[in-house]
Amino acid sequence: MSALVLSESLGTTVRQPLMRATGVSKSYGDTIGCLDVSFTLHPGEVIGVVGESGSGKSTLLNVLSAQLPPDAGTVEYDLRHRGMSDIFRLSEPDRRRLMRTDWGIVHQNPRDGLRMDVSAGGNVGERLMAIGARHYGEIRAEGLDWLAKVELDASRVDDKPKTFSGGMQQRLQIARNLVTRPRLIFMDEPTGGLDVSVQARLLDLLRGLVRELGIAAIVVTHDLAVVRLLADRLMVMRHGRVVEEGLTDQVLDDPHHPYTQLLVSSVLQV
Amino acid sequence: MNAVAKKASWDEAYNFAYLDEQTKRMIRRALLKAVAIPGYQVPFGGREMPLAYGWGTGGMQVTASVIGPSDTLKVIDQGADDTTNAVSIRRFFKRVAGVATTEATEEASVIQTRHRIPEKPLKEGQVLVYQVPQPEPLRKLEPRETETRKMHGYAEYGLMHVRLYEDISRFGHIATTYSYPVMVNGRYVMSPSPIPKFDNPKMENNKAIQLFGAGREKRIYAIPPYTRVKSLDFDDHPFEVQRWPQACALCGARNSYLDEVVLDDKGGRMFVCSDTHFCADRQEKGHRGPMAADPAARAFARSSETSEQKEDDGR
Amino acid sequence: MAPMISVSALSKEFTLHTQGGARIPVFDRLDLEVMAGECVCLHGPSGTGKSTLLRSLYANYKPSSGHVRVLHGKDIVELGSAEPWQIIEVRRRTVGYVSQFLRVIPRVPALEVVAEPARLAGVPEAEAQNRARTLLKRLNIPERLWSLAPTTFSGGEQQRVNVARGFALDYPILLLDEPTASLDAANRQVVVELIKEAKARGAAIVGIFHDMEVREAVADRLFEVTAYRRDAA
Repeated sequence: MSALVLSESLGTTVRQPLMRATGVSKSYGDTIGCLDVSFTLHPGEVIGVVGESGSGKSTLLNVLSAQLPPDAGTVEYDLRHRGMSDIFRLSEPDRRRLMRTDWGIVHQNPRDGLRMDVSAGGNVGERLMAIGARHYGEIRAEGLDWLAKVELDASRVDDKPKTFSGGMQQRLQIARNLVTRPRLIFMDEPTGGLDVSVQARLLDLLRGLVRELGIAAIVVTHDLAVVRLLADRLMVMRHGRVVEEGLTDQVLDDPHHPYTQLLVSSVLQV
Repeated sequence: MNAVAKKASWDEAYNFAYLDEQTKRMIRRALLKAVAIPGYQVPFGGREMPLAYGWGTGGMQVTASVIGPSDTLKVIDQGADDTTNAVSIRRFFKRVAGVATTEATEEASVIQTRHRIPEKPLKEGQVLVYQVPQPEPLRKLEPRETETRKMHGYAEYGLMHVRLYEDISRFGHIATTYSYPVMVNGRYVMSPSPIPKFDNPKMENNKAIQLFGAGREKRIYAIPPYTRVKSLDFDDHPFEVQRWPQACALCGARNSYLDEVVLDDKGGRMFVCSDTHFCADRQEKGHRGPMAADPAARAFARSSETSEQKEDDGR
Repeated sequence: MAPMISVSALSKEFTLHTQGGARIPVFDRLDLEVMAGECVCLHGPSGTGKSTLLRSLYANYKPSSGHVRVLHGKDIVELGSAEPWQIIEVRRRTVGYVSQFLRVIPRVPALEVVAEPARLAGVPEAEAQNRARTLLKRLNIPERLWSLAPTTFSGGEQQRVNVARGFALDYPILLLDEPTASLDAANRQVVVELIKEAKARGAAIVGIFHDMEVREAVADRLFEVTAYRRDAA
């Protein structure tokens, strides 16, 4: 029998990382937010971050999405034309531009991510106008297109989000973020506060969009069903630290860390 | 005319032009900065004026800081020289600065205005002072001051177009008719104060200095003479000013901003120039509109203007 | 010729921290090689770890020690140490897995469930759909069900959708966990044919088949999964 040719790294494709976090720590006085978190995210990859409230997952998301500077560690992102760059060393306007073009942020509370007094079409069109779109007809057409993609009725295009249900608001928020075709979206409990039936629809939609568009995502949630459906990989956080990580099904089906086992066994069949 | 020589032609119980010298210096510094950075809102230490906010305290502080004894002041409110607000402010400066006053646009060196730019083109050397209720054009859509400051700082003005987008989606056209946002010198988006958008084109390349004072919000901004001022719009919905099918009922002007005046309770109405001096001047020169001969209409127009006081900037 | 799957000294043991740290050894130092075109049937009484081994081959379970290597294109990938994205790639193109039960995704219609693996591997949409239709037809899923999510399907129907999904792409390696468990004779026969066809095109197959007829029809050899032996050495 011929000798095995061992190659631990798959030689065929060298993948450029999209984001790389190294030793990210953030605390609030004596309270630890997140501690020494490192990981690499590749284009099109979906990472789930799970843990109970207070585990530091939201702090981590805020740091990764440049909303909160870390006390230590770096977050690098593969900027178009510039390559891997420390996002906290960017000038503020550059960082803000990144956040509203190549990134998307889907907040748990749609009120934080939508303009409640602006029509659905205006909410979706805002990012387009922010990057210089000045043709009303085109902006509106794109808005309608995105409403359809997130399964919102075209007749609601001129209605304000405050007249929408929670699930519809969340879908509108997704459309508003995806309209500029970001390469990375951050999601904080995207199904939090929604009815179970509505959750399923939203998850399904997200799953479809993320796969179809090849968007990378970092999804923070305490709901293991969410990551089972959406995430390729999982990071389990506890007391600010990542205690276990790996392929989603691996971590959920064969958890090694005591805390992960507790988490998995506490949930009814996921 | 020789006002300085004529000793103390103003009420000496007050410092000249009401404000103390320190305050005027502070405001002038803010004005210089504002002129240097066209369209940029400069914060200033606004003072209390003997008038409620919303009646022009910002404009009055600016006027008080730039006016000298030899100046001639005109005050207009919605284009009219004879409303309570205009009359009071004119009388105020007559008393505290002893300046000459006028209703004639071309004779004034300083014009304080609320909601209009005079129809007669301004000249070099004239100063137009606007009373501004809300200086922040982004405020309606973004309530956070920290955020709007950054938006100006980084010229992130997408949100301004969202406002226009909302108009078109609701009304089929840009329905904003006053406080129509402008881009000044290709850099700062600015609220022109609640002037009708009819007046927006007059700001562009104007020969006069345009100063804006917001008393409650304590902001000053400016457009120096001969500055680019572009009204925001969409490629497929370009900026347009209001047009009227009729001419002014009194002077027959076809290129001025018209107010609708209800004459009776039987549907009688007429359209007359909002700029009263412009209208009167034309009539003096022999121009006549369709109702110019009707003394009742003339009287009614006057009185309704006077009683129809400020509404939207008094909040 | 290199084996498609190569298992060496593979041991698996679970430690249940939530139950006082109880240790459950499953199997110990297994060796197995599977060549292209070969179908190996995992054998042994229940509880010996057949499913655990199958899941280890899919990197669903992490080995406690030892190695699982698969031939992925021209590379040999060691699943225990590979990066998550590499395993995802391996699963996308090389290793197909038919679990005992279909994990139903709400709202995704059966046809999509079946076509998805091919589509994700880069097969053109129309071709992926065609292939899915052919498989669903062969597995006797009535056409009126294709556009419905399998949530409400019977156990047998769900299992057939699951099998169809596993055969939607010509995976070089196929892992089958009781693919015929809840099927009637006619459909069992279809699955047997599908497995034979896969073998004929050179797929390496590892399966658990309790049905003796199926086993005899497809398996080239049995691999005895022996329960953990606590030998002192």
